Amino acid sequence: MTSFLAAAIVAATPLLFATVGELIMEKSGSLNLGVEGMMLMGAIAGFVGAAGSQNAGVALLSAFAAGAGGALIFAFLTVTLRANQVVTGLTLTIFGTGVTKFIGNAYMGQSVPGPVRAFFAKTAVPGLSDIPFIGDVFFKQDIFIYIGYAVVALATVFLFKTRGGLNLRAVGENASAADATGINVAFVRYMACVVGGGLCGLGGGYLGIVYVPMWQVDVVNGRGWIAVALVIFSAWNPIKAFAGSLLFGALAILGFTLQLMEVSISQYLVDMFPYIAAIVVVIISTHRNMKEDLPPMNLSVPYFREDR
Amino acid sequence: MKFTPAITQRTGLSTRQSVTYRAIAILLSVVGTGLVLMLFGLNPVRVFGAIIEGSMGTPIRIHQMINSAIPLVISTLGIIVAFKMKFWNIGGEGQIVMGAFGAAFVAYRLPDLPQPLLLLLMAVAAAAAGALWALIPAAFKAKMGTNETIFTLMMNYIAILFVTFLQYGPWKDPARAGFPRMPDFSPNAVLPNLFGNNIGWVIAMILTAFVYVFLSRTKKGYEITVVGESPETARYAGMNIPAIIIVAMAVSGGLCGLVGMIQASAIEKTLTATISAGYGFTAIITAWLARLNAIVALFVCVVFAMLVQGAAFIQLSLGVPAAVAGVVQGTILLFILGSEFFIQFKVRLPERRRRTV
Repeated sequence: MTSFLAAAIVAATPLLFATVGELIMEKSGSLNLGVEGMMLMGAIAGFVGAAGSQNAGVALLSAFAAGAGGALIFAFLTVTLRANQVVTGLTLTIFGTGVTKFIGNAYMGQSVPGPVRAFFAKTAVPGLSDIPFIGDVFFKQDIFIYIGYAVVALATVFLFKTRGGLNLRAVGENASAADATGINVAFVRYMACVVGGGLCGLGGGYLGIVYVPMWQVDVVNGRGWIAVALVIFSAWNPIKAFAGSLLFGALAILGFTLQLMEVSISQYLVDMFPYIAAIVVVIISTHRNMKEDLPPMNLSVPYFREDR
Repeated sequence: MKFTPAITQRTGLSTRQSVTYRAIAILLSVVGTGLVLMLFGLNPVRVFGAIIEGSMGTPIRIHQMINSAIPLVISTLGIIVAFKMKFWNIGGEGQIVMGAFGAAFVAYRLPDLPQPLLLLLMAVAAAAAGALWALIPAAFKAKMGTNETIFTLMMNYIAILFVTFLQYGPWKDPARAGFPRMPDFSPNAVLPNLFGNNIGWVIAMILTAFVYVFLSRTKKGYEITVVGESPETARYAGMNIPAIIIVAMAVSGGLCGLVGMIQASAIEKTLTATISAGYGFTAIITAWLARLNAIVALFVCVVFAMLVQGAAFIQLSLGVPAAVAGVVQGTILLFILGSEFFIQFKVRLPERRRRTV
């Protein structure tokens, strides 16, 4: 059981980064459906960064920068040029898939260099890893996963306990009111996209650098879309996003575990579980009507000062 | 750095002006794509030249290009019907796969029926299966307002895994020991050719006319447009919005299902899990580029089919990965999306730029 949960956390990490990233963007009013594309770009950038520099830090930065760059395209088109968010997001996914396939072609079958892999080897956290059960599940992981915990904590504190987070939420709820109080709406949305997109890039980076031993084109495989569903599931709360990612991480490795237990069910049918679960999540979350669980009021609404 | 240009909504743009601006936008997107290609270390002139040569250079290449335009045109029609209603159907892939499954189901059960009857039954089964796959998310959207974007997308993965399951399990051809492939269709289940291309091109032309008329000349088509433009107006006018969503998505999914039938019957001559080949996604780009106009879509799809065929040729002749087609398509659409702004709004730079940090 502990080993199953520990493996679920590994499978949950890419989802966690992407979900928190998308959540930050949505909180500012940007419904960016390009998560899959940003994750793909982060995956290939992380991989190329690792292969080129043999340095884990460079790999992480490249993954972040690629995701942030993708999100900047989105922000420029939707905030400055007021393009339709849904179509722009979809296009970003198509663009990201193309770029990743194109660049990744040369790296097919290559593996992540040793020094980077060594950096992301499992490292127990002194003290915390001695806690029975919890230590084994949460604190005998790799550094990338610990960064994920930190991101959840930082995002929660930032969004709900700081002035910057308040401004960001204000822009997402009611952009014209925020503008009237002197908040620079465009600046806030751009920043939310850069940070959120960067986190999506890191989520992809985890897949490209740590999760798969060799580069393959379909590393992301729909996880970006599951992250979009998880944002709804989490009711725009990073801590619930962590719980949701864990749930989906567990579902994702269920097939493998069932095989080990020699349960006879087709692997392909078990692989459907996360996707079916995402549908169930979307259905349930749109059905409940709790006030605090509603999406930001101005989600996917472009802001024109002229319109007032 | 910040400067504030004066931005005002354009009013009363004449058709001619709008066409001129769009032509400029397309030209800009080609130039922009060239720049992106240069960024990747490619010579844009050679790439564009090779694309044209690879898709139009010989009669065989033209036939191949038309063969890949057929599924793209019909999927685009399906997406147009959904997008008109602002129903973001990104489940085209799954609807194509399920359509192919429906066609294969009939082809495997009744292989010896006379060809016209068998093909007709396969088409009906394919359209029904594709429509059903689209109706599941549509019903939830209509009844509960469930977000259709994620729902339709997840249905893609489920459909592909389902057919993969068949391919490796119950429907695997026992004659091919160890090799996971489903049996070939009987000759009667294969679409005939007309002028060197499978008859799908005739179907695509007819469907283009059908969708154009359906959306612009019928009551249902008009209702779909109204629901897309403003659900409040539709409600105020007493339209039955759930029923309209259901009809539109049945048409949308049915069209995508037909794509599955054509690809399975004429191209693969069997069912495979990869039969959709990305058409459901590319159709989103082509539909948007065509501004959701079925006739325009026909031309956009031919250009995109040239890109795809040309890219395969580039891989052979220049040693550049065929994935460059995806980069080109994505870049073109990003540029078009951006230039839409200059059609909708008028930008005047201020006389004096105020710079603040």
